[in-house]
Amino acid sequence: MSIELPVITDEQVEVLLSDLLEYYGYDFTGYSRASLKRRILRLYSLDKIPGFAEFRYKIKSEHGYFKRFVEQITVNVTEMFRDPLFFKTLRNEVLPKLGTYPFIRIWVAGCSTGEEAYSISILLKELNLLHKSLIYATDLNPVVLEKAAQSMFAMSQMKQYSENYISSGGTNDFSSYYTANYSLAKFNEELKSKIIFSTHNLVSDHSFNEFQLILCRNVLIYFDRDLQHKVLALFDDSLEGLGYLALGTKETLDFSQISKSYKRLPGEKIWRKTN
Amino acid sequence: MNKCDALIIGGSAGSLDVLLKVLPLIKPDLNFPITIVIHRKNGADSLLPELLSGRTKLLVKEIDEKEVLRPGTVYIAPSDYHTLIEQDHTFSLDYSEKINYSRPAIDATFQTAAEVYKEKLVCLLLSGSNSDGVNGLKSVKAWGGTAVIQDPQSAQVSYMPAQAAAQVKIDYILPIEDMADFINLLS
Ligand SMILES: C[S@@+](CC[C@H](N)C(=O)[O-])C[C@H]1O[C@@H](n2cnc3c(N)ncnc32)[C@H](O)[C@@H]1O
Repeated sequence: MSIELPVITDEQVEVLLSDLLEYYGYDFTGYSRASLKRRILRLYSLDKIPGFAEFRYKIKSEHGYFKRFVEQITVNVTEMFRDPLFFKTLRNEVLPKLGTYPFIRIWVAGCSTGEEAYSISILLKELNLLHKSLIYATDLNPVVLEKAAQSMFAMSQMKQYSENYISSGGTNDFSSYYTANYSLAKFNEELKSKIIFSTHNLVSDHSFNEFQLILCRNVLIYFDRDLQHKVLALFDDSLEGLGYLALGTKETLDFSQISKSYKRLPGEKIWRKTN
Repeated sequence: MNKCDALIIGGSAGSLDVLLKVLPLIKPDLNFPITIVIHRKNGADSLLPELLSGRTKLLVKEIDEKEVLRPGTVYIAPSDYHTLIEQDHTFSLDYSEKINYSRPAIDATFQTAAEVYKEKLVCLLLSGSNSDGVNGLKSVKAWGGTAVIQDPQSAQVSYMPAQAAAQVKIDYILPIEDMADFINLLS
């Protein structure tokens, strides 16, 4: 019965965070600590680092390892058509409204490996809106964006995604959107043609356009309240009047300053900006 | 035993029945929070809080992210997220990989709570068919907390508490009938 205390203390986590800020300009100090610490410990044991000093030195001195560190301490788990009912509302209510505009600009913030952006692309295509839409899919982590741009996802996921797609109101044959290539499903080029993948750090980068729909799902849960407020203000700056802001199932606008100028769609984590 | 600042109950297959029996017997003026992490299917959410709140005078609610843990409240971990506990006694939610094929994972909540509440934490592991929670109980013990399991003989599915008993130095092994008294006396 081995009883081991974690090898990295809370204070050491703070040391690493201030190193990241000082040496690389990446500011994770507004992130919730419990998740960060779990991720850091996981990486530390995964990479069999002999001690904290070595760990710290490696992150500071090896750029490649710093990239790995950022990739590993953020959570990149995602799915296509995750929360099917959310996508149903996009399909039936939100996107048809936006369809009356001459041009649709959508921002998927914290897009991870792109599954969400491709899901929206599929919806737009089915609603005959893809030709006049542009999806900006951003993330702080360049590694996930490279993966996203390949438009290839594991074949083993397709059964689940197809089920999600159907529960979200999709009526096509989901497999018509990709070609199977051994263990990978390569999604049709057309779906990617209207997506722009680019790095953007919600903590430090500014508003870069005006959108009619912003999705930022399961990113704010990793931020403390102050950072949440700051990022929500950034979204507010980047959203047109009557535009929509969509958050994850367990996230809310309720505690934020900007909530006064938003109206929630009943039962959904989607808010519409009043004019 | 130390004063209890938080009780966390983890369970899987066969644990709902236990909760339905025990919760009605918990006194309403409990001076610590109870957090419940139960494996269940995605989707059909909010049913569990509703089901349990019908059985007790305590406030029962599904956890909101960043919510502060308050005494006398029963918190239910939402499905499809891990529930973590922060040093400032708030919950945070996490959508990372499943652990032991589970999200929520009992381990994630036990482990993060262990570091926060240390010797004032009590964790109770109920019936279940996988070994989620066992590593969590190890952390609880490492940080000085109290590890409790449902008596495997009284469990509908004994695997989970039995694994805990085999791998962790358990402080109390309780049959269902003794659980409410045990919890009430922590107060
Ligand atoms: C759990 S994933 C969410 C993916 C997708 N939105 C979903 O809900 O399925 C969280 C993503 O947020 C990204 N992220 C974390 N901090 C960020 C920041 N400061 N700026 C931009 N993206 C960030 C992570 O790199 C990760 O890809």
